[in-house]
Amino acid sequence: MKRLLYELSESWKIAAAQMRSNLTRSTLTALGVIIGIIAVTLMGTAVNGISIGFDKSMAVLGDDVLYVTQWPWKPVDDWWNYRDRKKIKTDYTETLNRMIAATPNSNLVIAVPTSNLMRSIKYGGNQVDNVFVLGTTSDFIVIGLFSWDSMVAMPLGAFNKYFSAKSDSDVRVKVKDKTRLADAKDELTGLMRRVRGLPPEKKDDFSINEQQAFKSTLDPVKNSIAIAGLFITGLSLFVGAIGIMNITFVSVKERTKEIGTRKALGARRRTILLQFLIESTALCLLGGFIGLAFAYLMCFGIGKAFPSFPIHFSVGLVFLSMIVSILTGLFSGFAPAWTASRLDPVAALRYE
Amino acid sequence: METRNSIRPPGPVVIDIENITKDYVMGEEVVRALRGVNLKIHRNEYIAIMGPSGSGKSTLMNMLGCLDTPTSGRYEFNGKNVAEMDDDELAAVRNREIGFVFQTFNLLPRSTSLRNVELPLIYAGIQPERRVERATQVLTDVGLGDRIHHKPNELSGGQRQRVAIARALVNGPSIILADEPTGNLDSKTGEEIMELLEDLYRRGNTIILVTHERDIAAHARRTVHLRDGLIEMDHAGFIAELDMPVATQTSA
Repeated sequence: MKRLLYELSESWKIAAAQMRSNLTRSTLTALGVIIGIIAVTLMGTAVNGISIGFDKSMAVLGDDVLYVTQWPWKPVDDWWNYRDRKKIKTDYTETLNRMIAATPNSNLVIAVPTSNLMRSIKYGGNQVDNVFVLGTTSDFIVIGLFSWDSMVAMPLGAFNKYFSAKSDSDVRVKVKDKTRLADAKDELTGLMRRVRGLPPEKKDDFSINEQQAFKSTLDPVKNSIAIAGLFITGLSLFVGAIGIMNITFVSVKERTKEIGTRKALGARRRTILLQFLIESTALCLLGGFIGLAFAYLMCFGIGKAFPSFPIHFSVGLVFLSMIVSILTGLFSGFAPAWTASRLDPVAALRYE
Repeated sequence: METRNSIRPPGPVVIDIENITKDYVMGEEVVRALRGVNLKIHRNEYIAIMGPSGSGKSTLMNMLGCLDTPTSGRYEFNGKNVAEMDDDELAAVRNREIGFVFQTFNLLPRSTSLRNVELPLIYAGIQPERRVERATQVLTDVGLGDRIHHKPNELSGGQRQRVAIARALVNGPSIILADEPTGNLDSKTGEEIMELLEDLYRRGNTIILVTHERDIAAHARRTVHLRDGLIEMDHAGFIAELDMPVATQTSA
């Protein structure tokens, strides 16, 4: 055990000496890993950023709210079955709220309508898109601003008075206990069927959605972006690994006589194997550190220049890229190190 | 003071080789490098192995150095059967029992004398402080006490070979196996190295010298001549040989 420790520390020293004495070669070889690690790390931060962005958008929807809509929140193949459904009307909310109030122990709290009434405004040569137009008269007083993605909250009465005419709306229903979402959903389905007056044999002609359903549709998309991205950037790291493998093979060839000498002095196969594995790993770790530093600077720069760009650097990512570097080193060093450890000492000593 | 002609009783047997052969396959042809060699080497012998190229001299040296195993025959090193050891067991024997001195020195070019001499101690699992202490001691013994932090390219050829000899000695081996130790040195430096080996012999070391130079072999107390994979002659130069026919040192 002690012996292994001494051999390991010796191997690290040799690796460091090797890198110093072959500086150009080591730098160029490490460059492959540097680029690979930068690519993988940046992809990682982007995936992280996208994921965080998704969650943020999702949080706006709220996880204790059910959404009654004409179209379900998942892709449908038989779109024609949904197209002809009746629109959801703003005044459903009044009926629903009455029913909720009349139900003892209801899982639902309140229903409110929401409507998408974005407009583009033109004034002279200027145009602003996606603005909520309160009107051209001064019937409304804006009493406060809060950062809620381009939304306006107003009294229901006012909403009905000014907007119900255009109401092709959705209904949001707040749930009392979000751990009992399924019950709430069943209850709301029942209420909506009563509102629509559907006989029992007919199918629902509306959709009830929740954030979770939305998330489970988006998660696979998010994951496939992550997998595809990491795979493609991983290829650049693979190219770097091949560079390391190549240079380690060259190193083994160059130092065949040294390997023979070491074996004559009592180095076992394991000793030689470890030595070259550590050399390739040291090279990869060096590349990994430098790559990570660059990636961090780039993230920092991008974050400063484009604050909205979804990029997120995390400590986990640092550990991950270090582990990836080590694995790359072991992977690329294994074949050459194995070859070295199996060299016949007699032939190795005679090698010029 | 002991002279070259004094007769000493032989110590216990270190190397006992019985009828070993070694075949190499070269393409379609089988080369029989050793065809049945018998050899006993005692502790504190100074023996030269001579022979022209192709005589099996190098092959025998590789066997003796446990760098290779014989095709057939028995090889006992300090009573242990070496012929059937695996790679790692052989490595352990080389590490502890055999000190190699090469014609080309074979020092690690980027390491100091001290680190070069430490290497066998690392493989033996000796702790760092003991290693430095021991390596410094041995380097001082071979006359390089003031060169321990020099790298090989800062040393002369003779000094490099001294470092290599220190490295061979550092683990206190049973034999020192020197393969043409003066082959890359001028004759004056070569003579100095031979004096150092002589000195080591007098201090009780067992030395096996592999050479094709008669002048160098003349330093040994016993000479073994190889030809065509067989021992042609085994002269007891200046030491009484017990179990081999004695020949005179006239012709080879």
